Amino acid sequence: MNPVNYLYLSALLFTIGAAGVLIRRNAIVVFMCVELMLNACNLAFVTFSRMHGNLDGQIVAFFTMVVAAAEVVVGLAIIVSVFRARHSASVDDASLMKL
Amino acid sequence: MSAHLAAYATSTGEAVQFWVLGTVAVIGALCTILMRRAVHSALCLAGTMIILAVFYLANGAYFLGVVQIVVYTGAIMMLFLFVVMLVGVTAADSLKETIKGQRWWAVACGLGFGILLSAGIGNASLTEFAGLGAANGARGGNVEGLAALIFTKYVFAFEITGALLITASVGAMVLTHRERTERARTQRELAEQRVREGKHVPPLPAPGVYARHNAVDVPGLLPDGTPAELTVMGTLRKRGQIRDVSAEAMADLKALEQRSEERLGRDRDARDQDAFGRDRDEEEANR
Repeated sequence: MNPVNYLYLSALLFTIGAAGVLIRRNAIVVFMCVELMLNACNLAFVTFSRMHGNLDGQIVAFFTMVVAAAEVVVGLAIIVSVFRARHSASVDDASLMKL
Repeated sequence: MSAHLAAYATSTGEAVQFWVLGTVAVIGALCTILMRRAVHSALCLAGTMIILAVFYLANGAYFLGVVQIVVYTGAIMMLFLFVVMLVGVTAADSLKETIKGQRWWAVACGLGFGILLSAGIGNASLTEFAGLGAANGARGGNVEGLAALIFTKYVFAFEITGALLITASVGAMVLTHRERTERARTQRELAEQRVREGKHVPPLPAPGVYARHNAVDVPGLLPDGTPAELTVMGTLRKRGQIRDVSAEAMADLKALEQRSEERLGRDRDARDQDAFGRDRDEEEANR
């Protein structure tokens, strides 16, 4: 097997995540799909790191993980406060910035 | 595995692992977007992330593989589950489309995007794989190599990461914190308010507890056989978890009436006695 297949898998996972962001309307599931896209990118970075034989790709994947953790914390806090305000986690209901 | 990662092709073991686990990862990703309940989506995504961790390990990224399991499946997915619990586990997504044909357009866009990405990867000349053996072994291991890079070449980005994490945690606390602006009302004040409004002064009626189970989720029945929503606690009402047995009760009542009518009709109809007896036997057997 050629290690390029990891890149194809990464592209497939990224595509599935992007389609999920477009299809789903529950804010939490949309967020999970964003996480899936970030993970797919990380897999690509790790594979590139192996391809080039240096560790810089893994460093970038590591920073992506840190930023993803921060993003999840803030995003979930926003979802919780939106849910408190309108008792719904659907992204359709939150079409206005005010109540 | 790490000593000499092959330049052009992986070992057979890694190939088998890739095809088996890759299939499971794609199925998990599809389940993430296709499951109706957010909890199921979260669990499928956790499975996909664990498989990705195995792939990192197979690619020679030992530190990232462990971090993936600890941070992603351990912390982030549990945070997701926690919020799903807060927001309501039973709330399934509505499947009604608000924009006409949005789902099909989304699938079409996804397909096009996937084809574009795959074609890009296919056209790039990616035949030469250097492998991580030398890079991992240069400083005595994967973790040591990463540390040497992070604390020299990327030290500035690393420090900014610290600032980002601090900001994120403070932001999360500010966003979810709710200051209580008024004093909590005492029981006496609540009772007085109830009387003043005059809507429902006495305590709420009890649920219709049946002998079949400890049924706080079964509403009591009004005299005409319709369920009284007020008898079930508000949380269950909001979640839609009321177990409605009124239909069964009404059906039982109807069957009883029918049987008694048949029994009374014995005098009116000129049916002979043994035929009725056979009917009754059949009824007994059916019940």
